[in-house]
Amino acid sequence: MNVNETKLSVSGHESFPSLSIELWQHRHVLDLDDFSCDEVNLVFEIADAMSEVISRDVKKVPTLRGKTIATMFFEPSTRTRSSFELAAKYLSADTVSLDSIKSSVAKGESLIDSLRTLQALGVDTIVMRHPCSGAPYIAAQNLETSIINAGDGCHAHPSQGLLDMYTLRRHLGDLNGRKVVIVGDITHSRVAGSNIWATKALGVKLTLCAPPTLLPHGLHAMLKKCSLDHVTVEHDLDVAIRDADAVMPLRLQKERQQSGLISSIREYIQLYQLTPQRLSLAKPGAIVMHPGPMNEGIEISHEVAYSSQSLIEEQVTNGVAVRMALLYLITGGKIR
Amino acid sequence: MSPDLLIKNAHIIDPGQDIDTTGDILVSQGKIKSIGKDVKETGIPIIDASGLIACPGFVDVHCHLREPGFEAKETIESGTAAAAHGGFTTVCCMPNTNPPLDNLASIDYVNNTAARKGVIRVLPVGCITKGRAGKEMTEMMEMANAGCVGFSDDGSPVTNSRVMSLAMEYAASLNTLIIDHCEDTELSRDGQINDGWVAARLGLKGIPAAAEESMVARDIALARMTGTRLHITHVSTAGSVELIRNAKKEGIHITADATPHHLTLTEEAVLKNIAKNGISLAYDTNAKVNPPLRSQSDIEALIRALNDGTIDAIATDHAPHSTEDKLCELDTAAFGISGFETAFGVLMTLVNTGKIQLTTLLACLTHKPAGIIGEKYGVTATLRESSSADIVLLDLNKIWKVNARSFYSKGKNTPFNGIDLKGSVAATIFQGNFAYRDSMLEVTG
Repeated sequence: MNVNETKLSVSGHESFPSLSIELWQHRHVLDLDDFSCDEVNLVFEIADAMSEVISRDVKKVPTLRGKTIATMFFEPSTRTRSSFELAAKYLSADTVSLDSIKSSVAKGESLIDSLRTLQALGVDTIVMRHPCSGAPYIAAQNLETSIINAGDGCHAHPSQGLLDMYTLRRHLGDLNGRKVVIVGDITHSRVAGSNIWATKALGVKLTLCAPPTLLPHGLHAMLKKCSLDHVTVEHDLDVAIRDADAVMPLRLQKERQQSGLISSIREYIQLYQLTPQRLSLAKPGAIVMHPGPMNEGIEISHEVAYSSQSLIEEQVTNGVAVRMALLYLITGGKIR
Repeated sequence: MSPDLLIKNAHIIDPGQDIDTTGDILVSQGKIKSIGKDVKETGIPIIDASGLIACPGFVDVHCHLREPGFEAKETIESGTAAAAHGGFTTVCCMPNTNPPLDNLASIDYVNNTAARKGVIRVLPVGCITKGRAGKEMTEMMEMANAGCVGFSDDGSPVTNSRVMSLAMEYAASLNTLIIDHCEDTELSRDGQINDGWVAARLGLKGIPAAAEESMVARDIALARMTGTRLHITHVSTAGSVELIRNAKKEGIHITADATPHHLTLTEEAVLKNIAKNGISLAYDTNAKVNPPLRSQSDIEALIRALNDGTIDAIATDHAPHSTEDKLCELDTAAFGISGFETAFGVLMTLVNTGKIQLTTLLACLTHKPAGIIGEKYGVTATLRESSSADIVLLDLNKIWKVNARSFYSKGKNTPFNGIDLKGSVAATIFQGNFAYRDSMLEVTG
């Protein structure tokens, strides 16, 4: 699908998008496992319109005026949080950011009590990040307010999965049959978790590349059980990268060495760093992405990170557009 | 409060004595007086037990009554009421209380509280090591003499093999039982559920089968060396079953139990057990238990082990928790299932689907666990004349829906909530008195 010309109508939504908004059936965005290809494309189509908005001099539309969006981050984050907050502000939503939440947690308040307080305050949508896998699911089971998962433990990060595919689509067009490699700490990566589903929805072939110690033991069984036959697993990056249309190294946390999951950062670099030499094994002009924050010199070399093939900065920009699209669909939509 | 009672027309099953007949049971002064046909007795309460099974009261070698220290989760009073509701007349409570049951005074406390507040027999299990710290063994002789039925650091294993072997040697001299919760805590570190496809799907740290099996293998080696009586509790994997089977063949004095939930549920319960509000993944904290629910092939191995006697008993590992311990993130939720009140109905699904015989099930709930404990604590789990009148009446045809809110236990944490079960407890009689009676069951005379 090409970047379409649809203008975001400021006064009403009637003029866009071409895909029916009736497609949208989600009250929450918890992961992408329940997204159809059409739904992903709907998000992309709205994100295109949002991209136009954020390229303007005055980046503000009144679409979500009178709506309130809370960001509730139970673990530190700068980019995802600012991305969501700016997305909300560009749409004229009021935002509340719960920094104090840590202190109420420190005072012994439970997750659900914290969220119920927000609900009682009249918040329309809660954007939450949490260090425990599944926390937004527990929240959504116990609340009426819409939840957008901004990353839960080692499980999912749906807006990241969408922005990754959105970025690829802007450069590659139709993604059906394309090959993407994600390399690094798959076990602890919610980005990989959501991209497994995003790639499935769009017909992308995905290779997960990591040493066995950074892959979940149950991964192969899960791929089989969930019919994820578009995913392959490969330990050797030089093999995995062949014919790839895009490569995405994941941040390697230095604590992984202390916890014994890798022998040394030094050996990890030798085996898995995305270098110009390795990148040359992929398709010519293959795209490089990274969910950030980068450890330059560990999972990715400086030369690759700042090469012409790198779309790492564009991912950040696209992230705002995709999150505007999600906030629009969740907060402004008519699904109740 | 009359300890006299006549149970008429019951289908009497006493697996320990190979009795399977229809008849009457006369209870007098808290003991079984006689079993026979057309027993005539007047002036005492009579139950018409037509259509019901009468068998010895169930014996649970592994449960948590939480007292002292965690009375918000359970007390000896609420826990024994729940056990009676589930058909149990004897329960062995684990010592991971606060303070832990690691000395004579704490054992006396449990015994005294059970005597005052309990409605059935409570036999405390003492700690193997002081403070459950895994370093120094407890004063087992004194505690055993006070009624401690066995020793365990349950909730944790004794990690240090030297400490464990010394405790085993010491226990062997006292002819008492060592009960181990087998878990290599390095392999299971931060683990939440079984280390399988569901853990990968949910982004949760897994607990591999090897965490249990490596410790079972070690314990077997230590039991071989020390000659102690070893009981492996809550066996959950096919590999553990195989180790225990071989150890038994070798003649090592080892017994084992499995729980109703490990015999019937897989890891998938965490994934999709009654997700509320239409949410796709449940992350059901009520299915979080240690050891974790495993795979279908493990269930099949456990059932084979029940049938061939490798697993001697079924124990509930009743682990009640308060709502706030479970209504939270899965990583921070407490491990455990409130198991007394669903045990029989859940286990009957195995009988109703032809996986085990009713008599096998009843044996694993009665004389076989009683045999592990030994008769010196008054647990016979038989309907022999002059033994304690500990009897359970069972209605195999009653279909009922599990409703955790109606539990007698303070712990409403069950992964079985809302499901239909066929087979229920109609009455539990302890020493001739009703410890539990279904309101539909009439007593006349």
